[in-house]
Amino acid sequence: MTDLLPLLAAKYNYWIYTILMMVGLYAMIAKNNLVKKIIGMNIFQTAIILFYVSIAYKKGGTLPIIMGDAHGGGHAAVHAADYINPLPHCLMLTAIVVSVATLGVALALAIKIFRQYGTLEEDDINHQIRMQAGQ
Amino acid sequence: MTQHFPALLIIIPLLSALIVSAMGWIDRRWCFPLAGASLAGALAVSVGLCAQVMAAGPIVYKMAGWRPPIGIVYVIDYLNAPVLVVILSVALLNLISAKTWIERDFAEKLSAYLGLYLLFLAGMVGIVATGDAFNLYVLLEIGSLTGYALIGLGKERAPLSSLNYLFMGTIGASFYLLGIGYIYIATGTLNMADIARIVPTLAGSGTLFLALVICMAGLFVKMALFPMHGWLPNAYSNAPSASAGLIAPLTTKVMIYAMVRVGLTVFTPEFTFSRALLSEAIVWLAVAAIVTGSLLALMQRRLSRMLTYIIVAEVGYMVGGFWLGNKAGVTGATLHIINDAAMTLTLFMAVSAIIWKLGSDRFEDLQGLFGKMPFTMTGFVLAALAVIGIPPTCGFFSKWYLITGGIHAGQWAFVAALLFSSLVNAVLFFRIFEIAFFEPFAEGHGHHDHGPALSEAPVTMVVPLLLAALSLIALGLYSGDIVTKLIQLAIPAGIA
Repeated sequence: MTDLLPLLAAKYNYWIYTILMMVGLYAMIAKNNLVKKIIGMNIFQTAIILFYVSIAYKKGGTLPIIMGDAHGGGHAAVHAADYINPLPHCLMLTAIVVSVATLGVALALAIKIFRQYGTLEEDDINHQIRMQAGQ
Repeated sequence: MTQHFPALLIIIPLLSALIVSAMGWIDRRWCFPLAGASLAGALAVSVGLCAQVMAAGPIVYKMAGWRPPIGIVYVIDYLNAPVLVVILSVALLNLISAKTWIERDFAEKLSAYLGLYLLFLAGMVGIVATGDAFNLYVLLEIGSLTGYALIGLGKERAPLSSLNYLFMGTIGASFYLLGIGYIYIATGTLNMADIARIVPTLAGSGTLFLALVICMAGLFVKMALFPMHGWLPNAYSNAPSASAGLIAPLTTKVMIYAMVRVGLTVFTPEFTFSRALLSEAIVWLAVAAIVTGSLLALMQRRLSRMLTYIIVAEVGYMVGGFWLGNKAGVTGATLHIINDAAMTLTLFMAVSAIIWKLGSDRFEDLQGLFGKMPFTMTGFVLAALAVIGIPPTCGFFSKWYLITGGIHAGQWAFVAALLFSSLVNAVLFFRIFEIAFFEPFAEGHGHHDHGPALSEAPVTMVVPLLLAALSLIALGLYSGDIVTKLIQLAIPAGIA
């Protein structure tokens, strides 16, 4: 137990992303309402974005914006170790766009399903499909 | 001009998707010819690239001139050059075959549908051509999102199947993204060649091994490997015929290509196959996929649903063959990507022609079909023989490599599963031949004359179908050349 606490504290970002991911996954698998499933999917994707952003962090690092005057004073000596890694943030801009687009497609499909069956509860939809197949 | 071919490969479908969508407001008659022309153009580019690769070796194209590993590169080598040609041929043939369907079902959405069709191809072609691990994820999502839309446009249960596919697809793609994150932690780069350069220095790294497992898990969900196959049969059999003929041959095969690419040229074969337990477990998963896919196919009473379960089994062939980790297995898996795309295309085009004429693909409605639609059924029979694996069709040769690989690796369960699946396929298809050939046509009873009258699908469906069916024999006859001049050169020296 004494070893576990420092481990939890030192890697807390990984624990948070893992927990969030599992929350999302649980919602996608276990929830009956399609919109809740879609929200679960979004949580799942956000967890991965959090993971990426947190791996960019460096102890004591600052924003990767080079400060300096317009005459090139800032270009003098740039130590990469002083700045957090900007690349994962750039990757995640793309991933955010992807997740918004996925959300859009998912909601559009949900609307189509709602118009068709008059409900978003998966049980009711499956029931209706079985009734149709039985006839 | 020719030095920009790798960029044109993706720019042509991407830009023409926008142009075709916009053309819907101006003059709808131009949409279809434009889409066809852009696919033909991209196909010509891919053939040119394949010829260049065969003549002068792999091509590395730096996007906007940025040098790797900072910039994104597109790499055309012996592995993906033939896959690109196949993808674009499949798309072009299916577009022609689906013309009548698209005009009937999506008359008022013609430009939007064709725009999605081209965008989907931009994603697929990009996945195959890219040399950057993160870029692959972005293109994967472009291909997937348009795929969900293409399936969701269908009637009845299609939107629900599409949403379930979207959930699974997003989980798969997100896992791949997570795996890339771990690769980035371990190596600090995203360029595939650069990662492969660094991997040997990290031989025992747990982070990198986790990255491999997560990447592969994500791709397995995307390619519907058993037991993650649940979304595939509904999504493919409820999709509109025009979309099913495009997505069924391409998506799973492109995902398997991504697996081969990530396994061979990102993680390097030495690392990928370094843990015998992992390879063994995946081969057993593949065995389970082949057996359950075949058995479930046996239980179906609808042609299109039967084919979707055959796809599940075929995914098992390729995954198992690759993870055998020897030369014959990897060759067989790669060759089967090409062959299976052609076979699945032919089968789905035949089914789409049958549904067009009969309005159904239930087994009991197929009676007397050989008399009614002789050309369609000729194509169907050739494709069926290829799936069963009868020479000289292409299916025989890739299966031969897979079985040889299984014997070399001593994976007898995999060999047995392949033989079992061939047997089940023979039963499946001969059952259909029996219904369609021997059982009398229902209306013919009263007249008992010369059987049913000829009533073939439109020419635009039959001609692409027969072309695809002939390509199955051509691929079989030239499979020796494909293997020795392309695939064998693509396999790294690390594989015995």
